[in-house]
Amino acid sequence: MASHESAQNTDESQDLSPARRRAARYFVPVAVAGIAAATIGLVPALAASGDPDLPEISAQELIAKIAASETEQLSGTVKISTDLGLPSIAALADNYLPGPGEGGRGGSSAAPEDKLTQLATGTHTLRVAFDGPERQKISVLEESAEYSMIHNEGEIWAYDSASNEAMHTEKPGGKSGDGAAAKRAKPLSITPQEFAEQALKAAGPSTSVTVDGTAQVAGRDAYQLAVKPRQSGSTIGSIKIAVDSETGTPLKFSVNPSSGGKAAIDVGFTKVDFSKPSSALFEFTPPKGTKVTEADESAKGEGEPSKQDLKELEKELENEFGGFPGGGLNVIGKDWTSIAKFGTGAGEGGSEKGAAGAEGDGAAAGAMGILGGLGDPVSGDFGSGTVFETRLINALMTDDGQVYVGAVTKDALVKAANADK
Amino acid sequence: MSRAETERRTGDDDRAPEGPGLLRRAPGGPGRFHRVLGGPGLFRSELIITVRRWRTLALLGVLAAVPVLIGIAVKIQTGDDGTADDGHGGEGPAFITQVTNNGLFLVFAALAATLPVFLPMVVGVVAGDAIAGEASAGTLRYLLVAPAGRTRLLLVKYATTLVFCLLATLTVAVSALATGALLFPLGDVTTISGTRISFGEGLLRAGLISMVVAASLAGLAALGLFVSTLTGSGVAAMATTVGLLITVQILGAIPQLEAVHPYLFPHYWMSFSDLLREPLYWDEVGRNLGLQAVYAAVFGSAAWACFTSKDITA
Repeated sequence: MASHESAQNTDESQDLSPARRRAARYFVPVAVAGIAAATIGLVPALAASGDPDLPEISAQELIAKIAASETEQLSGTVKISTDLGLPSIAALADNYLPGPGEGGRGGSSAAPEDKLTQLATGTHTLRVAFDGPERQKISVLEESAEYSMIHNEGEIWAYDSASNEAMHTEKPGGKSGDGAAAKRAKPLSITPQEFAEQALKAAGPSTSVTVDGTAQVAGRDAYQLAVKPRQSGSTIGSIKIAVDSETGTPLKFSVNPSSGGKAAIDVGFTKVDFSKPSSALFEFTPPKGTKVTEADESAKGEGEPSKQDLKELEKELENEFGGFPGGGLNVIGKDWTSIAKFGTGAGEGGSEKGAAGAEGDGAAAGAMGILGGLGDPVSGDFGSGTVFETRLINALMTDDGQVYVGAVTKDALVKAANADK
Repeated sequence: MSRAETERRTGDDDRAPEGPGLLRRAPGGPGRFHRVLGGPGLFRSELIITVRRWRTLALLGVLAAVPVLIGIAVKIQTGDDGTADDGHGGEGPAFITQVTNNGLFLVFAALAATLPVFLPMVVGVVAGDAIAGEASAGTLRYLLVAPAGRTRLLLVKYATTLVFCLLATLTVAVSALATGALLFPLGDVTTISGTRISFGEGLLRAGLISMVVAASLAGLAALGLFVSTLTGSGVAAMATTVGLLITVQILGAIPQLEAVHPYLFPHYWMSFSDLLREPLYWDEVGRNLGLQAVYAAVFGSAAWACFTSKDITA
């Protein structure tokens, strides 16, 4: 049946047959889809193409600029992407790492340790706000929830909105003065600034530090500082730090493996604001009904005061790392290609992380079997063994119980083991 | 059919078409002539017809019942001391643990619970029925014997569906707010970032979130409208739309298909909770709205191409 519209259209397009005219209409949705796809594909490419024009600067000047940076107030969004080539560090850590996390984990899901291990895998978005040394806040954005660590003039709070639990402690120097407890809740160094400082500390004669062009980070013009190993055999290809050209604040930090591919660790601001963050951000009062755990209490939860707890921990560590029959930890080589070597004594110790530490020989042998299945067998002058590879850290475990670990290639590990014999 | 016709008549009796040369009375459809003018009158009558259907009212009733059920369940689970007494925090729907602190959180919990299935299902039913329902009832041809034209009819149908999205979302939100106010204390709201905002600002956020949730359904509404133009059977169109929704939700849950997830329309739905952070976090919400706009443009134009080029026989 003829509609009004088709009657209207007949004289406009008499050359086309009605069927063809109808078919032509289907090009509209196809074109819309095409334009949308092209826009989505092109916009990031266009945004990324404009490297800013900045005056030349030497590497030394740039490092000085970072050191002189007086940024105390900033807020922004940080994206952390980690691809170490491991299935999931969080899962591994849960299974194999005993020790400091345990007391907190039993006490409250707002304990920071678990959240921070989760950051070591995958991509996460964080929000940070700094206002001088007295007020800081770091929030991990989760699906429909958020985990915040807030430091406000001596008071330290950790709040997990998903479980509606909070953890409270006071900074040492406050009235409780319990240093161990404060350390538990203190945020790890996860801002680009702290990451950058640590990387620069590692620089020595074996390291080349250059200015590698400019880049746009979080909408700001930045210089790129490239730190590369001069030695061969390292798994680290380069470390890049983007430094804000105005304030000297590091905005982005990335570790690129020498094997290529995307960065193994990439921490950078996606939004940054150097004005004073609102003071309301740092105020936290646990809402009614929130389960609040005092950090001191959670340590005491096991029936021991925390000082004694610490001593036990030290002892435990000694047992695990210092007490190996092979004589403990040795470092072979230096700087970028340093390799840690420790003996486990075949059949007695478990893995490089001391996973099976006190659990007896049977369990250790079982762990060896499982680990053997994960690695690749190698052999050389040292005998034979198994290599476990990730994108940054490789480990070689020889059949006679020696373990070599380092941020070096598989060949370098074998070479070190050969030379060591 | 006869009931629907009656409703149409009562819907806008006062809007008899004016002006010469218009076809005022369609053959066989005595009440239809009210709709021939199109424009706001057509939109209004469409909206009233949609909302007055028993089917629609029943769907809205189900939506209103969900927050009540959640509220009662949380109330029963909660210990006398005002804290949720289950040791395993962090499980279950989002925001459920905060409901006991503040009844306003029931709005967010209810929206988070209904957004994956209930809300889109209801929208799918209404959108799928939009054109195909008229076709299967035999009323479509009378709608088209009018100067309003097919494009305009399609736009009116889409606008009606969008208004219905908002209506459905507000039904959930208002019911949740009422239940929350009855069962739980109200007061200053702690955002998920741990900061505090006043109850008034919390209400504003709830309103904003309702708008965003309603807008999240725009893509599905366009998809449903497109499906609706493909078939002459209202039931088939509704079933297809809801089926597509479920399929896409399943695809979105398969981790191996991660590469395509950002292109699926429900992918950013839960981003509305970013509006409970302090400061507001707009990135994902913006992506959600952009994705919905793309879906609306693609499937809206596909529906247009299909509807304006097809022979209407019923």
